[in-house]
Amino acid sequence: MQKKENNTVFKASWTYDEAPESIDHIQLNEIYNLYIDGEFVKPAKGVYFDTFNPANNEKIASIAEASDEDVDLAVKAARKAFTSWSKLPGKVRGKYIYRIARLIQERSREFAVIESLDGGKPIRESRDIDIPLVANHFFYYAGWADKLEYAFPNRTAKPLGVVGQIIPWNFPLLMAAWKLAPALATGNTVVLKPAETTSLTALKLAEIIHESGLPKGVVNIVTGAGKTGATIVNHPDVNKIAFTGSTGVGKYIQKATAATNKRLTLELGGKGANIIFEDAAIDQAVEGIINAIFFNQGHVCCAGSRLFIQESVADLVIQKLKNRMETLIVGNPLDKNTDIGAINSKKQLQKIEKYIEIGINEGGDIYQSKCKLPKNGNWCAPTLFLNVSQSHRIVQEEIFGPVLAVQTFRTIEEVIEKANNTPYGLSAGVWTEKGSKIFHLTQKLKAGVIWGNTFNKFDAASPFGGYKESGFGREGGLHGLKPYVKFD
Amino acid sequence: MFPNLNNLSVYDTTGVDERIARFCSRSIKASSKIEGLKLALSMIDLTTLEGKDTKGKVQQLCYKAMHPHKLLKNIPTVAAVCVYPSYVGVAKKALDGSSIKVASVATAFPSGQTSLEVKINDTKFAVDQGADEIDMVISRGEFLMGNYQFVFDEIATIKEACGKAHLKVILETGELETLDNVRKASEIAIYAGADFIKTSTGKIKPAATMPVTYVMLDAIKDYYLKTGKMIGMKPAGGISTAKIALQYLVMLNEVLGEKWMNNSCFRIGASSVLNDILMQLVKAETGMYQSPNYFSKD
Repeated sequence: MQKKENNTVFKASWTYDEAPESIDHIQLNEIYNLYIDGEFVKPAKGVYFDTFNPANNEKIASIAEASDEDVDLAVKAARKAFTSWSKLPGKVRGKYIYRIARLIQERSREFAVIESLDGGKPIRESRDIDIPLVANHFFYYAGWADKLEYAFPNRTAKPLGVVGQIIPWNFPLLMAAWKLAPALATGNTVVLKPAETTSLTALKLAEIIHESGLPKGVVNIVTGAGKTGATIVNHPDVNKIAFTGSTGVGKYIQKATAATNKRLTLELGGKGANIIFEDAAIDQAVEGIINAIFFNQGHVCCAGSRLFIQESVADLVIQKLKNRMETLIVGNPLDKNTDIGAINSKKQLQKIEKYIEIGINEGGDIYQSKCKLPKNGNWCAPTLFLNVSQSHRIVQEEIFGPVLAVQTFRTIEEVIEKANNTPYGLSAGVWTEKGSKIFHLTQKLKAGVIWGNTFNKFDAASPFGGYKESGFGREGGLHGLKPYVKFD
Repeated sequence: MFPNLNNLSVYDTTGVDERIARFCSRSIKASSKIEGLKLALSMIDLTTLEGKDTKGKVQQLCYKAMHPHKLLKNIPTVAAVCVYPSYVGVAKKALDGSSIKVASVATAFPSGQTSLEVKINDTKFAVDQGADEIDMVISRGEFLMGNYQFVFDEIATIKEACGKAHLKVILETGELETLDNVRKASEIAIYAGADFIKTSTGKIKPAATMPVTYVMLDAIKDYYLKTGKMIGMKPAGGISTAKIALQYLVMLNEVLGEKWMNNSCFRIGASSVLNDILMQLVKAETGMYQSPNYFSKD
């Protein structure tokens, strides 16, 4: 493959002018407070932190930091609201959730812009993927609200009580929707904490929830960093914790909730195997590799960050992959033509850069696309590591950035063994024209989600969750209702 | 050299459609739009292929090809005028002194249902009349029956009959049923000596589509990677608006890139698209759309 290096000849020559999405139509405050008991309230200690635009590191707004007192108020409000909310007929709960879904659709453009502004993801993704899926989730679970007796035949599903939900920064609004919609549909009340780098869309969602007339206290949104999250986790009057984030924090939460009555679901890290067989539609597989690792700058827990290519097509696939990488447009997240946006935070960028250094020091062959990166802000060029093995750290550990580790394999048994040889078990992808081969692998691969001839596809009706250190519990679909109910 | 058809790339239609959707979502604005429109204009094979064609109509078309718009400055001419063999002489004379090429369909266009001898004569007649480019059709019936060697030999024979004229091979993808077949036919045409591969005659629906063109571009790319030889591409029919033309250019730009972004390597077989491109260019210059009545229909 080295001798063909000079064949990256398919470089695009026609450069597209800037096509930025307008930001005139969005409304942002300078200061955002906590949403507790149906009101926007100042934090008890009066402490605020800043949220930045990762594309230029300029401050966007100040966000309230919730202290122990604030979290306690939120839990109390949720507890009070639970009494009446849980007794409402499912149909009425569904009505509120439908209303939230419609309000999100109406303001989808505003949500998309703010999501890209605050989180750095390309507007193409927030507009075409994130926000439609958010509405999709609320609609889906609104439908279940009055049909729980069909979801759990011959059993009476009862809500758990107050649910603490802690969400990550990679899909801020979508993860809020994944957690809120089933909790509300089943009659729980919620204290939700968005990630500290991406609080804005959750707070805009609070505005919509307020507008929808949802009874006060049913949803409370408290902002802050890890400490605020820990307070929610350790609060004695919380009945369930739902967490999506890193495996490290997940382990802490599991320890903290051990020997309590709290229910727990965790959706943690991953190191997904993306397997390309020689009989695959190669060109579409290459597109699938791109989508698997560079979607949302690689900030995806189910990213296909380990690529396995069958030996006989390895050179061809790598050649085509490099060519394709050169046509990816990295830059302003708000530009409609941007394929890869900004890295979510400085901290995350440092982590990714550290892993790239580790990869080089371990002897991996690095290939980065020769795209121009903007000066200010947090940026990382799409990166490949060739000639790595299972024992490399960049193959074992989750990088959570646009960095792909590439290995080859000869036989099916070999690739199954390698794919499963990881502490994680969240996602995998299989590329072959043979349906039987896909089914064979889906039985053998230990991963919660396995895609056949595609990658990173989501739907509200489809359950999502992990094996092993990628967590437990399922979100989405009928399965997603279960963690929020108990039976007599 | 007959190509190895056993190891050909296969295509997943869902995956191809997704990729096409990405091309179509590119937002082309401001100067890049004007650049794209002018490039598209310069790639047009202005075409009239009707039983009712007359000398006058062909002459009008040639005039339009040379003078697309009276008031717009700095616009290119189209690449070629495409006619039936019987009007090649007329077109050649009308285009005299310009750099616009005369392309002629041949080989019993559009069905190709005749003997090889007739096809050769058809081709030679067009070349003798002065055609710079020959657009031949393949025998789709033989192809679908699996007689690939027959199709290959026929193309190679016509290539020989073309002499100096460039050969465009029309696969008529609307009759080939699958993307995998399109790839197979592309491979046969390229190895048999095609200078260009072309999607359609325009007489069958669907004519050119983006997925089909994408597969053909992929075949061209793979051939280039293997041999270093550049084959041209011509989608024909179905490209009726400037917007669609720009979407094809985005695809070309991101699949084959700079070397193919010119009219020696890429052509658009169309007629109505020209006026729409002109309308967009006038809009870019004046800031407002003019009525279609301001654009001559030739």
